[in-house]
Amino acid sequence: MGIADLFFYLFSALTTGSAVMVISARNPVHAVMFLILAFINAAGLFLLLGAEFLAMLLIIVYVGAVAVLFLFVVMMLDVDFAELRAGYMKYFPLGATIGFILLAELVVLFGAWKSDGGISVTPKVPIPDTAAITNTEAIGHVLYTDYIFYFEAVGIILLTAMVGAIVLTFRQNENAKRQNIGDQIARTPETSIEIKKVETGKGI
Amino acid sequence: MLEVGLSHYLSVAAILFTLGIFGIFLNRKNVIVILMSVELMLLAVNINLIAFSAHLNDLTGQVFALFVLTVAAAEAAIGLAIIVTYFRNKGSISVDDIHAMKG
Repeated sequence: MGIADLFFYLFSALTTGSAVMVISARNPVHAVMFLILAFINAAGLFLLLGAEFLAMLLIIVYVGAVAVLFLFVVMMLDVDFAELRAGYMKYFPLGATIGFILLAELVVLFGAWKSDGGISVTPKVPIPDTAAITNTEAIGHVLYTDYIFYFEAVGIILLTAMVGAIVLTFRQNENAKRQNIGDQIARTPETSIEIKKVETGKGI
Repeated sequence: MLEVGLSHYLSVAAILFTLGIFGIFLNRKNVIVILMSVELMLLAVNINLIAFSAHLNDLTGQVFALFVLTVAAAEAAIGLAIIVTYFRNKGSISVDDIHAMKG
């Protein structure tokens, strides 16, 4: 058993272990922390599979952005999480049954696929020799040529998500002072200047 | 122990996916943990895609894992924005209280 295999077992054990903690942690802040741990270890698994770019992307996007977003929301909302946990064990048998059925189905499916001889397709985009070209560069070559329309569609999805998140959470502040250009232009000397006749020797 | 191959990675992904489903059932009232469980399931899908990409020596799997990652990030942003707005209006995020549309 090589060192890579050892690391596989380490990463996968930590990933599944922290996934268990995510769904069972009493404190949601701890759940988010374990989610971060799960993502970091999954990035390790990606590295072992040779997908270096995606491993780094997982750390940047998930650990750096999504998990921090979760953390912000969990800490910002003043929710009684103990109350939300009421009836926690009530759904345990149902969830365990469905989860077990699903796992069994996945195992049976893979067994059938394996005994069927797997799939023998010629790769559409073969992974180039990593010594000659890096993983990032190889993905770039494919992403910006063959999958350019998918790439642009994903960009539109991100833009929609950004606009949607801003629209949903934006709150108009009643006290905010804003420039009204129409009002400013409509001002005339008659409406804005008042000439007072000040009597001599008196104040205004 | 056996040499680590495709089936090992698929097993990890299957366990992770099942844990995600299990988490949704276990935390039926807490929307935030449900969203986290969905993230776990999407991670399992990504592990599957990349494992097959390495097994079949095809870069397409990695490209699609990238797309899944993007959509997952967008989904998390929108989902959390909805939770924040809902909490602001109703003062609660319990799934039991979300019945305004009487679906």
